[in-house]
Amino acid sequence: MQLEKFSYDNKIVKMFAFATILWGMVGFLAGLFAALQLVFPELNFTAETTYGRVRPLHTNAAIFAFVGNGIFMGVYYSLQRLCKARLWSDKLSYFHFWGWQTIIVAAAVTLLLGFTQGKEYAELEWPIDIAIAVVWVAFGINMMMTILKRRESHLYVAIWFYIATWVTVAMLHIVNSGAIPLHFMKSYSVYAGMQDALVQWWYGHNAVAFFLTTPYLGLMYYFLPKAANRPIYSYRLSIIHFWALIFIYIWAGPHHLLYTSLPDWAQSLGVVFSVMLIFPSWGGMINGLFTLRGAWDKVREDPVLKFMVVAVTAYGMATFEGPMMSLKNVNAISHYTDWTVAHVHVGTLGWNGFLTFGVLYWLIPRIFQTKMYSTKLMNAHFWIGTLGIIIYVIPLYWAGWTQSIMWKTFTADGVLQYNFLETVTHILPMYGLRAFGGFLFIIGAGIMVYNIMKTVQSGQLLDNEAAEAAPRPSLISTDKKYQGAHWHRWIERRPIQLLVLSLILVSIGGLVQIVPAFLVKSNVPTIPSVQPYTPLELHGRDIYIQDGCYNCHSQMIRPFRDEVARYGDYSKAGEFVYDHPFQWGSKRTGPDLARVGGKYPDSWHYYHMIDPTSMAPGSIMPAYPWMVWKEINVDLTPGMIRVMQSLGVPYPEGYDQIAIDDLYEQANEIADNLKNQTGENVLATSEIVAIIAYLQRLGTDVSKEGPAVEKQEVEEQ
Amino acid sequence: MEVIVILLLASIGIASIFLIAFLWALKSGQYDDAEGPAVRILFDDSPPPSEDEEQ
Repeated sequence: MQLEKFSYDNKIVKMFAFATILWGMVGFLAGLFAALQLVFPELNFTAETTYGRVRPLHTNAAIFAFVGNGIFMGVYYSLQRLCKARLWSDKLSYFHFWGWQTIIVAAAVTLLLGFTQGKEYAELEWPIDIAIAVVWVAFGINMMMTILKRRESHLYVAIWFYIATWVTVAMLHIVNSGAIPLHFMKSYSVYAGMQDALVQWWYGHNAVAFFLTTPYLGLMYYFLPKAANRPIYSYRLSIIHFWALIFIYIWAGPHHLLYTSLPDWAQSLGVVFSVMLIFPSWGGMINGLFTLRGAWDKVREDPVLKFMVVAVTAYGMATFEGPMMSLKNVNAISHYTDWTVAHVHVGTLGWNGFLTFGVLYWLIPRIFQTKMYSTKLMNAHFWIGTLGIIIYVIPLYWAGWTQSIMWKTFTADGVLQYNFLETVTHILPMYGLRAFGGFLFIIGAGIMVYNIMKTVQSGQLLDNEAAEAAPRPSLISTDKKYQGAHWHRWIERRPIQLLVLSLILVSIGGLVQIVPAFLVKSNVPTIPSVQPYTPLELHGRDIYIQDGCYNCHSQMIRPFRDEVARYGDYSKAGEFVYDHPFQWGSKRTGPDLARVGGKYPDSWHYYHMIDPTSMAPGSIMPAYPWMVWKEINVDLTPGMIRVMQSLGVPYPEGYDQIAIDDLYEQANEIADNLKNQTGENVLATSEIVAIIAYLQRLGTDVSKEGPAVEKQEVEEQ
Repeated sequence: MEVIVILLLASIGIASIFLIAFLWALKSGQYDDAEGPAVRILFDDSPPPSEDEEQ
C-alpha cells in the first residue's frame, strides 16, 4: 500500500505548552496571594485586590488558563499522532490559541475590576462567555475534522475522552451561562434561587468532571504508556472506564447542595451517582498504575514517570475522597470548611499539576529535538512539589475538621461554645502553613520554568515533524454490511460536517431560550411574605456580587442544631425565588449571612465595612473603606427593574419609572440613620448605603407578614 | 424544580449522543481488538532516515 507523507504541527503544541507554563505561574501566584491575604488581611490593598476578586481570578486562572492550555497542548500533540494526521486546519489552530489567550487576559482584567456573574467557576460576564463558546467551537471543529481525516481506523481511548470533554463542556457552558444582560459588562442569571443553585452545581461539578478529569484521563492514557514505553495495563478496562465514567458523572452535581433547600430526592440522587463514581474512577487509576507493573525500576530513574505516578495516585485519592464527602453524614461535617479546599487541591495540584509537569517534561525535549537540560532539577522539582502539596493539604484538612467541630460544640448549658470569629482565629496558623506549602509548590514550578528555558535554548523546534502512514482502510470491521454505507463516509465527502456540529450546538442553544419562559412561572413565591428586593437593595446585591462576598460567606443555613442556634431558622427554598443569581456560597471563611438582616444596627455595618476589626477584633475580612465614597450608578435602576421583570420578578407595571424615587427614599433614610448613630455625613448614593440596605434585608422576609393586598395578587397568579 | 426539566433534557440528550457513539463504536468494530491499539500507539510514524534523504 502506498504510504502517504505528511507532517505533524509541533509549533502549536509549543505555543500551548508555553501558555500552560505562563498561566500556571500566574494562577499559582494568585493562589499564594489569596492564601496570604487570609493570614495577613492588610494585603487587601484596593477594591481590585480584595480576596473576593483575587480568589475567582486564582480559580479561573488555574482551571481555564493553566489546565485549559494544558489540555490543548496535550490534545494537539497526541491527537495528531493517534490519528496519524496533521491537525485539520492550521488557521483554526492559531485562531484557537490566540482566542483562548485573549479570553484569559479579558477574564483576568474583568474579574479584578469586579465584573462577575457571581457563580463560582462561571464568573465571567456574558461577552466573554460568548467568546468562550466561539473558541470552543473552533477547537471542536478542528478536533472533529482531524478525527474524520484520520489515517488510523481505530479511535484510541484517549480520543474518546477528548470528544466527551468537548461535547459536554459545550453543553454545560451554554446551559449555565443563561443570563439577561443589563449592559455590556453586567447580566443577571435567568435562573433564580434554588433552581440557579441546581444548574450552577450541575455545571460546577461537571466542570470538574469534564474539564479537570476526562481530558486529563485522555492525556494519561496517551502519555503514561508513551513515557513508560509499555502498553496500558488493560485496554479493555480503559474502554469500560470511559463509558462508565461519562454515563455516571453527569448527575453527581447535587452533592454540592446536601442539606440545603434543594429537594431531598435530588440530593439523594446526587449521592447515589457520586458513590457509584468510585468504580470507574478507581478502574482508571488502577489501569494507570498497573501499566507500570514490572517497570517500577523505570519510575526510580525517570522523573517524568515519578510525576505521573503521583498524579495518578492523587487522582485515586481525590476520587475516593469525593464519594466519601458526598455521603450526607460526612458532608454535614465537611461542607463550608477547608476540607473541601484541601480536597480540590489534591486534585488540582496533584492530579492536574503533576500530570501537566510530567507531560511537559516528556514533550518539550521531543519537539525541541534534545534532552531535558537537567534531570537533577527535574527531581528537585518533583520532591519540592510533592512536599509542597503535602504541606498544603494536611494543615487544611486539620483546619477543616477543627473548625467544623468547633462550630458544632455546645457547652453543658446548651449554648454554642465558640463564636464564629474564635473558630477562624484558631485555624490561622494552619492557613499560614498552607500558604507555605503553596509557596513550595511554586518554587518547584519555578525550577521547571528555568529547566525548560535552558532546554529550549539548547534545542531547536521541529516545527513540522515528518511522518508517513498508509491511508485509512475504509473499515476495520470484517462485517461487510457496513462497508461504504457508513454515516461518516457520507459526511466526509461534504462540508456539511460543520453544519451537523452547529446543529447540535443550536439545538442546545434553542433549549436554553425556552428556559426563561419555563422559569418565570416557577418564580411564583411559595412564601407570601417574601417580596422582591427594593431598587436600593438590588444595587446592594450587585455590590455583594461584584466584590465576591460569596467566596467567604454562605447564605444557606442547614437544618442542624448548631447552625440554627448560630444563624437562625434554617433556610427555605421559597426565600430565594427573586435571587438572580443565587448566592448560597460554598465556603464559610466568614459567618453565614442568610439571616444577618436586622441583627446589627446600620452603624455596626458602617464601621465594620470601613474596618472589620473595629467591630470584630481579629477579623480577617478585608476592609472596604472606599465604599464610603464610591457611588452606585443610580441611572441603571430602571434597566435593572426591567430585566428583573423580564425574569418574572413581580414588580408592578411601570415600576421602572418610579424605582429611582423609591431608591432615594430608602437611601436617605439609611443615610439619616447613619448620621444619627455615627455623626458622619454619609452620601446617600454611596456603595456603603446600598450594601447596608441589602444586608439588613437578608432573611427578614419570613419573619414578617406579607401585605394582605399583595398576597392576594400572588394567589391570582 | 422546573429547571430539572432542562437539566434532564440536556443530560439525557448528551447521554443519547454518547449511547449512539457507543453503539457505533461497537458495531463498526472499534472494540474487536482489545490488545493491538494499546501497543500501536507506542510506535512512531517518522519515516526511516534513508527515505528522508530521497526527498
